[in-house]
Amino acid sequence: MPVMNIKKFSFTYPGVDHPSLKSITLPIKKNKITALIGPSGCGKSTLLRSMNRIHDLYPGNKYDGKIELLDLESGKYRNILEIKKENEFIELRQKVGMIFQKPTPFPMSIFDNVAYGLRIAGIKNKSELSDRVEAALKGSALWKEVHDRLDKSAMGLSGGQQQRLCIARAVAVKPEVLLFDEPTSALDPISTGAIEELIVELKNDVSIAIVTHNMQQASRISDYTAFMYLGDLIEYDKTENIFLNPKEKQTEDYITGRFG
Amino acid sequence: MRLQLNKLFLALSVFSALIGLGFLGWILITLFVKGLASMHLSLFLNDLVDGGLRNLIVGQLILAGLAALVGIPLGMVAGIYIREYGRGKYAELIRDLSDIMVSAPSIVIGAFVYAFAVAPFGGANGFAGVIALSIMMIPIIINTTDSMLSLVPKELREAGIALGASKYRVILDIVIKAAKVGIMTGVLLAFARIAGETAPLLFTSETSNYFSLDLRDSFPSLTVSIYNLANEPEKSSRDLAWAASFILTAMVLIINLVGRYLTRHKK
Repeated sequence: MPVMNIKKFSFTYPGVDHPSLKSITLPIKKNKITALIGPSGCGKSTLLRSMNRIHDLYPGNKYDGKIELLDLESGKYRNILEIKKENEFIELRQKVGMIFQKPTPFPMSIFDNVAYGLRIAGIKNKSELSDRVEAALKGSALWKEVHDRLDKSAMGLSGGQQQRLCIARAVAVKPEVLLFDEPTSALDPISTGAIEELIVELKNDVSIAIVTHNMQQASRISDYTAFMYLGDLIEYDKTENIFLNPKEKQTEDYITGRFG
Repeated sequence: MRLQLNKLFLALSVFSALIGLGFLGWILITLFVKGLASMHLSLFLNDLVDGGLRNLIVGQLILAGLAALVGIPLGMVAGIYIREYGRGKYAELIRDLSDIMVSAPSIVIGAFVYAFAVAPFGGANGFAGVIALSIMMIPIIINTTDSMLSLVPKELREAGIALGASKYRVILDIVIKAAKVGIMTGVLLAFARIAGETAPLLFTSETSNYFSLDLRDSFPSLTVSIYNLANEPEKSSRDLAWAASFILTAMVLIINLVGRYLTRHKK
């Protein structure tokens, strides 16, 4: 049972005639990593950013179709495109977390960064907060490096540490889905390796969708891969099939580096 | 050839810089020499009526302080509005108007406030002075707030929203924090700017020779008194004007330096 079901989803930015996404249908499977690949402008980031409706920060977008999110308790799907109320948005974003391309530590202490989402969710109890912060930092392989300076500013961490902090911050609220928007493209190879390892570990607890320009990365860590081109979903399959045995000519051309 | 041109332009730039700095140095040295010569502890203990400056210093600080109390929150809220909430023409209009207001001649602002806050009430009053200074301050604060917020990357806002925070929470908790040092510096520089203004006060609060905390009447002001004292024939008055100028410059300079120190301290 997929945790998210994208059904015939189309998306148009304001002031643009043609849609940036055309009738995309794609499942995000539970406890799996789904990679979205394709050349720049293919719509993969647009699709990812629709899955927690972060696009709604900038009004005027047009949607069509459905993006269904599984409610783990009731076992029912809910179309997140119907969400209008503030508290439902908060709930959606706590279920579907997001990690950005550039690390985005908030200008506050390491502890407060990780606790931010928890406090938004209404957790005030101090011991519960520090337990959850510790668990999240341990889960993001950052605890050892920062446990003695939790009250120091997060801006003093290295780029790779900042990105792991952002993952800890997203993990702390116990999301069901995590969206990664090119999470390693601003990092050096060693930090990239650490983040990749972390993402693979995280799939035991959450379902993951990741946008990446790095095809080795997609083949290393993902279970499923979706290849997109000019707003269309060209091919979706198990990652090994996409990379070893693509059905579509366009997919083959892209992964062999003939365009893109 | 290129090297010579390079040298020529370098020489020209240094020369023009020296002209500007030379005059500034001249002003500061004159102020220092003449001001310091007339400086005396009693200036801080007596009011103008007794040959001191106490009431003027206090009055100037009260006027500027109250104007800051009105201008800073209004300007900040407006700046946050046009950067974070305002969309399209309306916000653009406010931004343009505020740009124009920054460079509006201060005497015009003084005359404008005179027309609606002095003339109808039968005479100079401190409130009118505060209003005039606030009107000068608000657009400066709007511009600083606006430009400092524009430096905060949009990803930071998105990251806050992505954690389930509402827009106003993100602005309060994250965006303003990220821009805090810049905004504070801008606020201090704006304060320094209005603290030394004469023209907006000339028609509005005028000045007074006596110590006063009553804003309903003409209100003591260092700058306006400098203007008056400098026009007096007696040497003692002009010496007093020099001393007052020195104190005023020192005050403004200190606020400026604190502002600059804060920005540097950040890095």
